Amino acid sequence: MSRPDSNRRDHFKDAVYPSPFHSRQKEHNRMREWSRWGDYLSVPAYWCPDMEYFSGRNACGVFDITPMIKHRVSGPDALPYMQRLVTRDVSKIKPGRVGYSVWCDDNGQVIDDGTIFHLEQANGQHVYRVCSQEHQIDWFMANTLGFDVTVEEETHDVAGLALQGPTSCAVLKDMGLAGIEQLTPFGMTWFDFEGTRLMVSRTGFTGDLGYELWIAPEHAETLWDRLFAAGDLRGIRAMGSAALDMLRIEAGFILAGQDFLPAMQAVRTGHTRSPFELGLDWLVSFDKGVFNGRAALLEEKAKGSRFRLVKLDIDGNKPARDSFVFTKGKKYAGTVTSAMWSPSAKASIALASLEMPHGAPGEELLVEIYYRRELKWNRVMAPARVVKDVFWDPPRKRQTPPGDF
Amino acid sequence: MISDHTIIVGAGHNGLVCAAYLAKAGRKVTVLEAAGQVGGAAATREFAPGFKASCAHLLYLLDDDIRKELALDTHGLSMAADELKTIALDAGGDHLSLGADRVEGPGLTAEDQAGYREYRRFMSKFAAVIGGLHKQLPPRITQRRDDLLTLGKLALKIRRLGRDDMREFLRIAGINIYDVLQENFEHPLLKGALSLDAVLGTNSGPRSNNSVFTALHRLSGNNAGAAGAAALPSGGLGAVCEALAAAARKAGAEIRTGCAVEGILVESDRVCGVRLAGGEELRAATVVSNADPKSTILGLLGARHVEAGFARRMVNFRAKGNTAKLHLALDALPDFRGLSAEQMGERLVIAPTMEYVERAFNHSKYGEFSTKPVAEIVIPTVRDPGLAPAGKHVLSAVVQYAPRHLGMGWSEGKGAFTEAIFDLLADYAPDIREKTLATELLTPEDLEREFRMTGGHWHHGELSMDQFLMMRPAPKSAQYRMPVDGLYLCGAGTHPGGGVMGNAGRNAARAVLAE
Repeated sequence: MSRPDSNRRDHFKDAVYPSPFHSRQKEHNRMREWSRWGDYLSVPAYWCPDMEYFSGRNACGVFDITPMIKHRVSGPDALPYMQRLVTRDVSKIKPGRVGYSVWCDDNGQVIDDGTIFHLEQANGQHVYRVCSQEHQIDWFMANTLGFDVTVEEETHDVAGLALQGPTSCAVLKDMGLAGIEQLTPFGMTWFDFEGTRLMVSRTGFTGDLGYELWIAPEHAETLWDRLFAAGDLRGIRAMGSAALDMLRIEAGFILAGQDFLPAMQAVRTGHTRSPFELGLDWLVSFDKGVFNGRAALLEEKAKGSRFRLVKLDIDGNKPARDSFVFTKGKKYAGTVTSAMWSPSAKASIALASLEMPHGAPGEELLVEIYYRRELKWNRVMAPARVVKDVFWDPPRKRQTPPGDF
Repeated sequence: MISDHTIIVGAGHNGLVCAAYLAKAGRKVTVLEAAGQVGGAAATREFAPGFKASCAHLLYLLDDDIRKELALDTHGLSMAADELKTIALDAGGDHLSLGADRVEGPGLTAEDQAGYREYRRFMSKFAAVIGGLHKQLPPRITQRRDDLLTLGKLALKIRRLGRDDMREFLRIAGINIYDVLQENFEHPLLKGALSLDAVLGTNSGPRSNNSVFTALHRLSGNNAGAAGAAALPSGGLGAVCEALAAAARKAGAEIRTGCAVEGILVESDRVCGVRLAGGEELRAATVVSNADPKSTILGLLGARHVEAGFARRMVNFRAKGNTAKLHLALDALPDFRGLSAEQMGERLVIAPTMEYVERAFNHSKYGEFSTKPVAEIVIPTVRDPGLAPAGKHVLSAVVQYAPRHLGMGWSEGKGAFTEAIFDLLADYAPDIREKTLATELLTPEDLEREFRMTGGHWHHGELSMDQFLMMRPAPKSAQYRMPVDGLYLCGAGTHPGGGVMGNAGRNAARAVLAE
């Protein structure tokens, strides 16, 4: 199967491409189910989502993140360009470090979120990689006006694997990545690997100890094989997107298209969200100069926000998927955006977008849950409360070096 | 930082008006002009030894309040002629003469004459609706009281037209002049001449949408006399600017010519001054730019200092000049077939039919100049002999269409276009070539270079409904204040647009003072 090449005349005939890991994914994919993520085939569940989830919490799981949209930003103005593009103060992301951020349109509404990898800094010039959920090339290119900067999409030039879970560090050590245990959270480093360069960042989407591995697509299969060989006795397992979704909800991570509507996809006003409305105040740096959305966000800060994204701890064990949220007095307060029964927290948890002034920590609410038992539909108004802390936040996430599990 | 200092970039008429009002209000004002004289495209320049002309050659819209408040008449402004008639030239000499409410000439039916009165009546009335907003900040779509009030006023003005006229206003305001003239007149030359008023200085033809709107804008001035009355100031339009400069100086403003601004300086998120060619930096808490929106934001300021959506809007702001300016130094008055010497002092137009005008426009869509152009001609020396040596004359003509980006390039096309214009003029004044001592043709490329107007566009950007009121130059920046604190626009790229009115400069001064 061919590698994605949008310059090929008939590229549109292959709307979805096999990932560089496809041959290996196929071997593991007992369910023979495939889904689309971005430009690539992805696996919803290799066998059993719950087992894959537990590998991420109790051993380690491997998830193909090649479909993440990746851009490379370089040139003399790379830093000022990034500063104007995203809400966060990018100058604080040092070379070899990774930072999470969102970026907004002029109305201060979130277009997407993603991670910024500060790959290089030499002679005052910076090189960044921006990983995002949605295609961004049009917006990123529109932002180049007035900057001496080069923006290239490199989604297809970099294969990525997330290795997440308590044994992940040990597996990488066993694979021969000497010194990997010294890598701090949101740090990255490079290794010589099978005649090529392997980039490893201590990042992930699971709120646990974990790494992301980045390599040229030609070496993707080798990386997979070496990883599984090294992890055989440490419970390594291929993980699908269903398991990842469970892991990220427990970690309180938001997902574009699920917990907020990307501003570029919105047709109706009032359906998008600002960083404040997603609880991402800490990502907005007003003292770094102009950035997209700054004026609107300053105004919002003064006037107040419309919504608040909160974490809910819900009574009972029924997942509150797509539920409405009410006040104790049964007045509409908002909707659930993501929900699950959390095996690790042993609680029914949810992320919900509530209309202001609702959502202050400790507020008691009701969640209307519909569920089915043997084809019979039931409804429950489950008491719930707004909680401040994430549902899963183990110390090993932060420990350097991590424990040898 | 000098907190009370205001720098105005460019001494065009709006920059000077703004300077005068700010200085009168007690602000310390410095106007920086790149050229050696004030006035920009309205300056009276010597284009051949002893022969002078101003690029903008007729005064339509100068606001009466500004004329009075700044006492321009005591600063030397006087009119060589008021309320010029328009003469629609016919190659055979069967010219039509168009006045404020009368049209005369051979071949006109009684219906055409009655139709002309009616056309002038409703167009003047509709223009007053648009003109009613010239003196104030354009309304924005907000819930703020002042914006709602302005919008309410506009709605009321439309409602007050009366049932039939309101219906007609709403029907025609957005459509094209071709259809409206077709509904009202028979005489081809009359329709041709009137259609020209709708497309002069624009990048559109009679059949382009919005051309009724541009015709209304031309009639919308709050000046003395009939709607759209054209006047000739003594000394050319430069005299208006000289009077404005005198008024500004008297109020205390400093005006420095030959002083090109190269960049607008930003410090911790607000404007802090300008950088001059040569590197000198001048500090000021407020910078008001008389330059067009594109060159102000994308050039002088730099796109990086504004949010990306706004920068994109500036890129998309339509400012493609399609008009050239011809200046001829004449040994004597040419012999325009069928015109008396006195009639040659009126406003002469060459636009034989609406189809002719539309065909002339067609070329420009494909990067070519019109082989058969249209023209608005003034021989100012008939009324104002001082612009040329004794006994000699100046012919000043606005000629269309001449696209900013000519396929063959203007260095190659300029000669051929000049010939096409002479061929055209010779159809009406066969001796034009013999009488010509010197020729200057300013293409949009020349206008852009000489007057620093993006695209060489007279109005700093197309005047059309999508670039008017709260959308000029872009939503959220229509009230003269730019997204960077301390930076304002005061030129034709803001409400209420081009034509030597002065309203943009006066409104901008109000916005600055309201800060």
